[in-house]
Amino acid sequence: MGILEVKNVNKRFGGLQALGDVNLDIQENTVHAIIGPNGAGKSTLLNCLIGKLEPDTGSVTFDGQPVLGRKPHEINQMGISRVFQTPEIFNDLTVMENVLIPCFAKRDGAFRMHAVGSVASESDVMETAEKMLSDVNMLAKKDVHSGALSRGDKRRLEMAMCLVQEPKLLLLDEPTAGMARADTNNTIELLKEIKASRDITMVIIEHDMHVVFSLAQRITVLAQGTPLVEDTPEKIKGHPKVKEAYLGEAAA
Amino acid sequence: MLGLRKSDATLLLFVVAITILAPFILNPFPTNSAMAQFNGGYPDLMQRFVIFGIFAIGFNILFGLTGYLSFGHAAFLGVGSYAAIWMMKLLTMNVIPAIIISVIVAGLFSLVVGYISLRRSGIYFSILTLAFAQMSYSLAYSVLTPITGGETGLQPKNTDPRILDTLFGGGGAGGRANFFGLDMRDSYFWSVGDWSFVFNTGYYVAAILMIAAFYLSIRIFRSPFGLMLRAVKSNQQRMNYTGLNSRPYTLAAFVISGMYAGLAGGLLVAMDTQVGAERMFWTASGEVVLMAILGGAGTLIGPVLGAGFIKYFENIVSKINESILQGWFAALPDGLSDFMVAVIYPFIGKGWHLTLGLLFMLVVIFLPGGLVEGGQRIAALFRRKPKDNDGGMSAQATPAE
Ligand SMILES: Nc1ncnc2c1ncn2[C@@H]1O[C@H](COP(=O)(O)OP(=O)(O)OP(=O)(O)O)[C@@H](O)[C@H]1O
Ligand SMILES: [Mg+2]
Repeated sequence: MGILEVKNVNKRFGGLQALGDVNLDIQENTVHAIIGPNGAGKSTLLNCLIGKLEPDTGSVTFDGQPVLGRKPHEINQMGISRVFQTPEIFNDLTVMENVLIPCFAKRDGAFRMHAVGSVASESDVMETAEKMLSDVNMLAKKDVHSGALSRGDKRRLEMAMCLVQEPKLLLLDEPTAGMARADTNNTIELLKEIKASRDITMVIIEHDMHVVFSLAQRITVLAQGTPLVEDTPEKIKGHPKVKEAYLGEAAA
Repeated sequence: MLGLRKSDATLLLFVVAITILAPFILNPFPTNSAMAQFNGGYPDLMQRFVIFGIFAIGFNILFGLTGYLSFGHAAFLGVGSYAAIWMMKLLTMNVIPAIIISVIVAGLFSLVVGYISLRRSGIYFSILTLAFAQMSYSLAYSVLTPITGGETGLQPKNTDPRILDTLFGGGGAGGRANFFGLDMRDSYFWSVGDWSFVFNTGYYVAAILMIAAFYLSIRIFRSPFGLMLRAVKSNQQRMNYTGLNSRPYTLAAFVISGMYAGLAGGLLVAMDTQVGAERMFWTASGEVVLMAILGGAGTLIGPVLGAGFIKYFENIVSKINESILQGWFAALPDGLSDFMVAVIYPFIGKGWHLTLGLLFMLVVIFLPGGLVEGGQRIAALFRRKPKDNDGGMSAQATPAE
């Protein structure tokens, strides 16, 4: 039994069947990629995992616990963090503050009234945040207003915000989109290091096959809201159904 | 110092100095000069500066940090005032119990209002708070007349029980609001040459509380709690997906700002022992919004500046009348003098709202960060020469200055 189990999940938007009978079983401590053409329902699936959307039918179980019906902050506190397709960061705050917030969420839980001591005096949290920023090569920018960052930097920052929580399950929605080649490679290295250094399961959605084949141990191909195949990267590469899904798309 | 970083400690010292020296700073013109009407250093106005300063500081903790725009904070001020006057009627004319109860009652009331209003955000939140405040106003004005005195409001009477005062025999004479025997209305006058300065007990009691309120707000701004409130304003969704429950954070901010409003309401009663329902009218709620925005919402000192600015206008500009104007321009040739008077007249006296409105528009359009941004720009002009390399960035990187 995997750490994340998705059973018979369906989601309709009006007349559009965005997800149709999705079944997924993601094993603990693996990197599982989900690929598929634009509009296949990949982001919608992640939305159903983090409490952003409620599926019409089906069930989602994480670590043996039901996920559906919980609030987003409760799901995160269970150990699921997500990097969004378009960066979701605190644009009005500095880079450092962006990383401090998840640090406090990790240490103090969903709410703690901590209104008198200064942030600067929380040395343990400050250290963790600085260490994280140096891991993603952003320490030099820690006092920069994060709204002013480039798109690639925003992504790296968002990844740092998720990683600093040491989640059990990390959901990455196209984490290298909009990044320069060098930054993409750095991101691959960073994710590999994280993976090697601790227990973590990753679900990664990517269009960049270089990233997918560098990281993934299993790959699910999603097309029109339904998983076509799930297999190892080697088998997926030559799979006729996969070629059909992608090539059919390209030819149309 | 006091657990503050250096720039904050400097700011606090600055505020302490200004409030202590206010009787001098606000009376810069000799008593008999033509400019004397611009002197603001009389007790009633100075008390308003600091009391509304407290109101605005508290409002800013909610609006400036979380971005939730309450249009009903005057209700908490009013509730604080009613609680304070009842304390004076029932227990003692000493202002301390009155002030304490005003903070507690306003806190409890804001807990209820906040719990319900915060189910919504944006414009719906604002409308809910407005609805609550107008309901409170109507209740105070009519339905609850036995408790609030309705149209006439409440004042201490000689027939009040004042249990503690009777027990200890204190506070007797006419029953005046006092701080352990010090009459709030006592003033010491000091004349130096043509100048005269007033030092009023009530003002200094309120000033000390404002300094304390300001200090507490600095601590809140710099705390993890303050950081969470700024996270609410910046991206509440991201905050929730980061494992933080934004609701109790916003509710705590709402209650804290309600307690500040209650403190201000209690102090108003401590200075001038009467309350009327108009204190809760929606225009009073709107005024504190103007104070925060005019001074600079989300900045530490801005709301205090905004409160001072608006109260000064309300009390000084509104008192300039036509004959004063004619006095100013008497030296000009007749036609020109009449012309000047005719042009300026609509903006003074009862027209002070017009002037304030225009100023408000200018500030919002050209200085979105309020008077504080104006100050920063002026300071930057002077600082430009020595070090020019990080002009725009540094102002952005320190949003809560
Ligand atoms: N909230 C929504 N309301 C209505 N339709 C939606 C909503 N979210 C997604 N959709 C639709 O559902 C389908 C799947 O969208 P989704 O974003 O999941 O695709 P995707 O696989 O992530 O694509 P991409 O690779 O472009 O990110 C699309 O047709 C999209 O327009
Ligand atoms: Mg997507």
